[in-house]
Amino acid sequence: MFEGYTLAELGSIFAMQGFAGLILFSVFVLMALGLAIIFGQMGVINMAHGEFLILGAYITYFTSNFFLNYIPALFSAYFFVAMALAFVGAGALGMLVEWAMIRHLYRRPLDTLLATWGLSLILQQFYRSVFGAREVGVELPEWLIGSLPVTDIIEVPINGLFVMALTLMITTAVGVLMYRSRWGKQVRAVMQNRVMAGAVGIDTEKVDRYTFGIGCGIAGVAGSAFTMVGSTGPTSGQLYIVDTFLVVVFGGAQSLLGTIASAFVISQAQSTMEFFLSGSMAKVLTLLTVVGILMLRPQGLFVLKVRR
Amino acid sequence: MSSDHTPTSPQLNGPESALRRKLLLGMAALPAAALLPGLLPRAAFAQAPATSAVNTTGLAVTDSTVRVGILHSVTGTMAISETGSVQAEKLAIAQINEMGGVLGRKIEFIQEDGASDWPNFAEKAKKLLVNDKAAAVFGCWTSASRKAVLPVFEQYNGMLYYPTFYEGLEQSKNVIYTGQEATQQILAGIDWVVKEKQAKSFYLLGSDYIWPRTSNKIARKHIEKNSLKVVGEEYFPLGHTQFNSVINKIKLTKPDVIYAIIVGGSNVAFYKQLKAAGIDLSKQTLVTISVTEDEILGIGGENIAGAYACMKYFQSLDNPNNKAFVQAFKKMWGENIVIGDVTQAAYLGPWLWKLTVEKAGSFDVDKVAAASPGIEFQQAPEGYVRIHENHHLWSKTRVGKAKADGQYEVIYETADLMEPDPFPKGYQ
Repeated sequence: MFEGYTLAELGSIFAMQGFAGLILFSVFVLMALGLAIIFGQMGVINMAHGEFLILGAYITYFTSNFFLNYIPALFSAYFFVAMALAFVGAGALGMLVEWAMIRHLYRRPLDTLLATWGLSLILQQFYRSVFGAREVGVELPEWLIGSLPVTDIIEVPINGLFVMALTLMITTAVGVLMYRSRWGKQVRAVMQNRVMAGAVGIDTEKVDRYTFGIGCGIAGVAGSAFTMVGSTGPTSGQLYIVDTFLVVVFGGAQSLLGTIASAFVISQAQSTMEFFLSGSMAKVLTLLTVVGILMLRPQGLFVLKVRR
Repeated sequence: MSSDHTPTSPQLNGPESALRRKLLLGMAALPAAALLPGLLPRAAFAQAPATSAVNTTGLAVTDSTVRVGILHSVTGTMAISETGSVQAEKLAIAQINEMGGVLGRKIEFIQEDGASDWPNFAEKAKKLLVNDKAAAVFGCWTSASRKAVLPVFEQYNGMLYYPTFYEGLEQSKNVIYTGQEATQQILAGIDWVVKEKQAKSFYLLGSDYIWPRTSNKIARKHIEKNSLKVVGEEYFPLGHTQFNSVINKIKLTKPDVIYAIIVGGSNVAFYKQLKAAGIDLSKQTLVTISVTEDEILGIGGENIAGAYACMKYFQSLDNPNNKAFVQAFKKMWGENIVIGDVTQAAYLGPWLWKLTVEKAGSFDVDKVAAASPGIEFQQAPEGYVRIHENHHLWSKTRVGKAKADGQYEVIYETADLMEPDPFPKGYQ
């Protein structure tokens, strides 16, 4: 496969390939973070995660149109406004869903699976009815388009860099929130032992609602970022759901660190194999690898040690 | 119980349901000449032949009406693609009714939702044929849905008009294929790019299912027959969203032509990432057979400008038939609507059926099937089409160049009609 290429060419391609893997890693982390919080911290299998993502994408679409039509001068900055709105919008919907549906189903993970799957179908049809069945194209500000030429072969996509930076920021924020704040302490307490947490005076209902809201809000931000690299349509959320669950389950459901490690392993495996094999084959091998490792480590990569 | 699932986007609700009510009341749906392009022949209201003479098999035909079915997905994943087909079929039916209908009878339609679920398509097809006694059905989009309904149409002897360009390898007495089969789309396009761009090497890409695989097989054979090279061939699962690895491979192999048959939401990811990786489509030739104006809505014109598409129809086609068609379409469905290849092919269905019924002098499915070969439609937006003995259409193939405004500029069309060849020799 590599005959007839100079070493310099190969070097450049491998550098770009490494970068492609890092972009994929960032996308995976961003995708999975919200789900890891909800699934890991609350034991809720949220099948509608992809629809929360796409809500963020739609909010971005409408924000960009609003800026184009009313404040074109500020168009280059709309993306930041859109991400903030996506967080608030998806988070608010998440809290509403938690209040209306999820709170009646705690401790019944399989029921949450069915209920949220129903919710995902409802949301998809809602998007179709309100926004139309066709996909929409989100226009990007100039500075997010194109690539930085490093050498004459190596080009670094700007939106890839942006996704990386965003992932780093959000992951740091979530880490600080969960492990360095009073709020995070409460969340972790509720997660480890709901009854005892309630007994020492933590308002478990409030903790649940906000945790769910934050998880969905992060999904919204991810969806907002993915308008740069993917499609925005009523069913686009379905494109992400399998990979997202794969990352979370493989990482160990209750560990954010596990989610990050698992996203790294899966993304590197996937992008390396894609280079040497075809896209479909790479996917199959990635899945097989994950299944194989999960057989050896049913808990996923990282396990939280608590007394059961 | 009404079985009509009204299409769901907001701009469709008001006028469409009102229109349908009027159609069902059997009145003129819209003021005459509102929908009727000046070019369509105005039929004089002839004395309608007796129902007993034109309907011997118990179809839903009365002295004043004939019932047909529309069977597309208006919910589920495929609604994105099938919405345009539904709109086109309803427009054609409304126009035919304006002209006095078929054999003096107004067309009424019953719409069923296939809901992007193939067994469901089969069930609804059976309902349309057995319960509703539809004289013809306009519908299906994916090959999977067509394969699901085919046995139903053959068993209950119905007539299906199928609009999508597809892989071929099929022929049925009960189906008229109004889209192009693979060889019609592919061969002329490859010849054009070889001649025009002096292309010597190709990189084939596709989504991982039958249509892209079959099409690429045909493309590869044709490329190698011209002793040119295929430097790579790759498939991605439906819904794949990360193309950076293959883009790197493309950069390494430097093919003259990227030949892409990617479908659905993956398209958006592919073209956005191609652009982000610094591959400039004004310098790198890319040919696709799967991106119509509909898909560009999602991709964004600025992300695909410069790519070439091979199909038989583009909205920007410059001829009087098409001008009238686009105008009528926008009048009925809104100014901002785009019209892609499949939408136009769906529009041909009701017209071809009308012409065939009138030639056969009967609604009977057997007579319609027998009368189909040789039917010509002079007013087709794409230009002249004719039904071949194999129930596909003779049609021209065109190459369009994508522009940033989401439309294609037609830069080439074949001199002659391409013969449909659903079972190409040596390609299977």
